[in-house]
Amino acid sequence: MQSKAELWQAGNGGQDMADGETPVLEARGITKIFGQHRALDGVDFAVRPGEVHALLGENGAGKSTLIKILTGAYQPDGGEIVLEGAPIRFTDPLNAQGAGIGTVYQEVNLLPNRSVAENLFLGRQPTRFGLVQRKAIVTEATALMAAYGLDIDVRAELGSFSVAVQQIVAIARAVELSGKVLVLDEPTASLDRNEVEKLFEVVAKLKARGLGIIFITHFLDQVFALADRVTILRNGQLIGTRDLRELTATEVVRMMLGKDLAYGHSTLPVAEAAKGPVKVTFTGLGRAGRVAPFTLSLHEGEVVGVAGLLGSGRTEMARLMFGVDTADEGEIMVSGKPLKIRNPAQAVMAGFGFCPEDRKLDGIFGELSVRENIIIALQAKLGWFRALHRDEQDEIAGRYADDLDIRAASHDMPVKLLSGGNQQKVILARWLANDPTFLILDEPTRGIDVGAHAEIVRTINRLREEGLALLVISSELDEVVAYSNRVVVMRDRQMVAELHGADITPAVIVAAIADNTGSAEARI
Amino acid sequence: MNRALRPLLATTAIFLLAYIAAVLQYPSMLSTRVLGNFLTDNAFLGIAAVGMTFVILSGGIDLSVGAVIGFSTVLIATLIMWAGLHPLLAFAITLVISAAFGAVMGAAIHYLKVPSFIVTLAGMFLARGGASVLSPDSIGIKHDLYTNISRSYILLPGGGRLTVIAMIMLAVFVLGIILAHRTRFGSYVYALGGNETSAALMGVPVARTTILVYTLSSTLAGIAGIVFSLYTSAGYSLSALGVELDAIAAVVIGGTLLTGGYGFVAGTFIGVMLQGLVQTYIVFDGTLSSWWTKIVIGGLLFLFILLQRLVFSASSPRKKAFRKS
Repeated sequence: MQSKAELWQAGNGGQDMADGETPVLEARGITKIFGQHRALDGVDFAVRPGEVHALLGENGAGKSTLIKILTGAYQPDGGEIVLEGAPIRFTDPLNAQGAGIGTVYQEVNLLPNRSVAENLFLGRQPTRFGLVQRKAIVTEATALMAAYGLDIDVRAELGSFSVAVQQIVAIARAVELSGKVLVLDEPTASLDRNEVEKLFEVVAKLKARGLGIIFITHFLDQVFALADRVTILRNGQLIGTRDLRELTATEVVRMMLGKDLAYGHSTLPVAEAAKGPVKVTFTGLGRAGRVAPFTLSLHEGEVVGVAGLLGSGRTEMARLMFGVDTADEGEIMVSGKPLKIRNPAQAVMAGFGFCPEDRKLDGIFGELSVRENIIIALQAKLGWFRALHRDEQDEIAGRYADDLDIRAASHDMPVKLLSGGNQQKVILARWLANDPTFLILDEPTRGIDVGAHAEIVRTINRLREEGLALLVISSELDEVVAYSNRVVVMRDRQMVAELHGADITPAVIVAAIADNTGSAEARI
Repeated sequence: MNRALRPLLATTAIFLLAYIAAVLQYPSMLSTRVLGNFLTDNAFLGIAAVGMTFVILSGGIDLSVGAVIGFSTVLIATLIMWAGLHPLLAFAITLVISAAFGAVMGAAIHYLKVPSFIVTLAGMFLARGGASVLSPDSIGIKHDLYTNISRSYILLPGGGRLTVIAMIMLAVFVLGIILAHRTRFGSYVYALGGNETSAALMGVPVARTTILVYTLSSTLAGIAGIVFSLYTSAGYSLSALGVELDAIAAVVIGGTLLTGGYGFVAGTFIGVMLQGLVQTYIVFDGTLSSWWTKIVIGGLLFLFILLQRLVFSASSPRKKAFRKS
């Protein structure tokens, strides 16, 4: 092990090194196919020694697939990986670790039940006659932590420290074991501002030491604060690798979402429908660490679109409204009456419905039939002692299946056999059977084929005409524009803008997400 | 302070208080004679409990321990009395068979991804059934070595006797403590109990460690079987019924977290001694049914599981390394 004093003196300032040097780790033409789906399609990616290289993209863009290939968790179906100029194949993450690629995940993958020192040295403890030299480990670990700016008792359990300290311990272990490339997979997601700063100091020092650092995050300001270059993926395609000094936040967002500002106006017309009276009002609703307090009213016959990048607090907002997470401040008014919503059952009673983002995980009961999936929320609302008669069930399921054009061979077919679009409509039918007044749709068109998109959009428009209040979260800006009366924009877990009328265009939304005006100050 | 130490300290305090209370009532309990008997009478339980400690630390459970002890006593008795082998050879054969038995269970748990509960339950039936097939009846063991060992002891000041089997148990505990806290194998066991996914990502040889843990437990059960046959001078297929549960109780009372990752081998020693204390007290009292031992152990188990909940799930104040600037 090299001496700790030298640790930070190797290398000579990251910026100069970042230019024009041969990459330490390179992916050439990487393709990865899952079944029918091309998760990555000929993607090139290279990280140079002494640079922080951000990897950006929305859900499903292929970021995590690329990272898993670079760290040995997946094998590519095409292309090659080149480490320091030589082609290499990683059989598993340990193999990649041994070759020099260390990874630190958002969820710290260390042992909370063991001491910091043991976490740093597990598997390579110095031994004498088969016995672990504990004093030596404690001395070494203390020195190592001091080099990373932490003055802590390394004999204490790792789990007794904050996530930030655990992250730094994880980084130290990864760098000690691997030492060529460090992959930081959303390391800041659960850290507060001070902790993020501390982490950034550590990363800056490692950069100066000549490590190639791959940085994955949802926070654009952190990308601009820390990274030298950025690679953007979308739908498994490489969109581009750029020097961040030559890019603005708007350009980055546009690359991520694939919105050409020029064509924004020419898409579907902005929905203009007569709004009814106010149906629900959320006043100062918020939960510490998840969403900053926001205020929003929804009218009958109105669709409010929610735009923002992944991790901006969109889903968290919906979860608070529906009582999945309990708000620690704020009030809810339904039809002019104050109401407390502490769990989803209360939200259902108040006439709310929620179609979550991940249907398979949170929405459908795959083994149950179409009919059972449709009536389940209604049955829960009635109580289990007033069981719906089978004829009634068939009538309700039949009515909504026709209404929403759910294509299934039979209503007794298990829902898991249906296509994504039809599953989405089954969940929608479930809430509609409940006669809701306010419906939350989180990414209603995700993971369903393009043909079904238009149908979902039509359904949203029709529900609005029938007088429902809808909140629709979506990354598909064309669709948001097509059905929204209003659009609220989320950034960094805050509601940052509310757009009306002519402002509802992809261009304005992208600008609001990127925050053109204040981006310099917003950087950490 | 390490929070894993708290249940251990609580156990130690309860043991000392209970012992003092017992001594106040029956002053003769404070003698090396009683202490010596503590160790001798619980030697087989203590040895098996050391193995159980490793299994539980790794996040598993071993229900086959009592059956392996019973099988070992029968196997030893048949090898000595029917096959005419020397006891030392019989011991060696028993240890090899029990080690292999544990290795197979460990391999099944790891490679077939079957919960340890199920695999060792099957192991329990196999070993107990195998013992009954070998001999349904108790076989008395008569051999010079057995006579010599039961006559050998170290005389303690005060007239107590430290028997050979008590010394074997103490040696197993010392080796167990070193193995758990001073070797890489020990740290791998704690790592598995902490988080198996993380452990694998950190390079812990998960397969090897799992197999070794169950091999260790079964081998120690084999040693416990040898000790039990020395203690009773017999082999019987139904001996040591339910000892795996006493061992689990000793481990948990000794401060090891039932879900793994936290605990000490030394704590198990105190857990075993606490069970011995309760038994001895009941013998001194003379009027109580011996089943009171089970009731007291049951109560203590509840108390310790409650204590562990409080220590491990109560929001432990996280140390802030960075102060707000």
